[in-house]
Amino acid sequence: MNTYHRPVPNTWWLKRKPYILFMIRELTSVFVAGYCIFLLVLVYKLTQGADAYGNFMAALKSPSSVALHLITLAFVLYHTITWFNLTPKILVLYRGEERVPQGLVAGTFYAGWVVVSVIVAWLVLGV
Amino acid sequence: MVETMKLEIFRYRPEKESVPTFQTYKVPFREDWVVLDAINHIKDEIDGTLSYRWSCQMGVCGSCGMMINNVPKLSCAAFLKDYYPDKIRIEPLTGFPVERDLIFEMDDFMTKLTEIQPYIIRKEGEEKPLDEGEYLQSPAELAHFKQYSMCINCMLCYAACPVYAIDSTFIGPAAIALGQRYNMDSRDQGRDSRQELIASHEGIWECTFVGECSAVCPKDVDPAAAIQRAKVSSTVDWFKDVLIPWGKKK
Repeated sequence: MNTYHRPVPNTWWLKRKPYILFMIRELTSVFVAGYCIFLLVLVYKLTQGADAYGNFMAALKSPSSVALHLITLAFVLYHTITWFNLTPKILVLYRGEERVPQGLVAGTFYAGWVVVSVIVAWLVLGV
Repeated sequence: MVETMKLEIFRYRPEKESVPTFQTYKVPFREDWVVLDAINHIKDEIDGTLSYRWSCQMGVCGSCGMMINNVPKLSCAAFLKDYYPDKIRIEPLTGFPVERDLIFEMDDFMTKLTEIQPYIIRKEGEEKPLDEGEYLQSPAELAHFKQYSMCINCMLCYAACPVYAIDSTFIGPAAIALGQRYNMDSRDQGRDSRQELIASHEGIWECTFVGECSAVCPKDVDPAAAIQRAKVSSTVDWFKDVLIPWGKKK
């Protein structure tokens, strides 16, 4: 029998909103990885002495660097929120016959995020 | 004056065309009609050559899945009033080769379903004699897998999965969810024999967690969750093998 195989265009992900959001979620991982590399470079500059570190920090204050950091922040937030929202699918807990509410599972991650953020803010701003 | 609406339907008749076309039909609009009612009306009153699958008309048999405005849905559960007065575009489920009009070839799915061994497997020598009665299970044990047992094999999840559309070697959402359903069943001992396929490259690791399989599932099976949970247990297996090789399987 002659069956017809429908081609899948490269633009398949533009067809529906959930696919576009998925592609954005995947793309955000590039920014997460990029920022990890940036942090490694920062630590490396620290080992190069006060001058090298100071020059690097000064360069970070340029408008393009600030803009890039803001864009990265937006993508990393999107990445974090979308993955936290997916955690109840992976972490399925039961109390007897009752499933632990999905909101509680995701909420625990959000609470952890807040706690860690407060500690970091206290270390950076408070000391 | 009877209100009407238009249905734009995918047509493929292999004996007369090599590339599909779309044909538009005008059907009466009725509040209580679902898309399948409108298609049945076309078949009975307008064009008897239109081919499609259907059976129960109540969301149980899983036969009437179609792409309705690009979204995989059971046509018996998609009401015309949710689209009225716009035109509705109807195509066969994506990801599958089309045989004729809205009928697609499901052999690949049937093969995968068989390969996943969706039935209770007992280890050799551990099968109870019939006179010892059934394997008992508590409500809590049932709760762990019940959701995954609600699958009606409608294949909407395959049509929603871009991974399957691009690479049909992927075992796919429903088959893996059913494998997981038996893996999580307290009466089953067949996880090891399913694991080779489930943990293979064509199995869970092909999934990129788009999540649309769960979004379109008419029975709330949540195959995306089943796949991610299988990833976690396969990862735990791997760590156990590497870190405590002497501890080997149960």
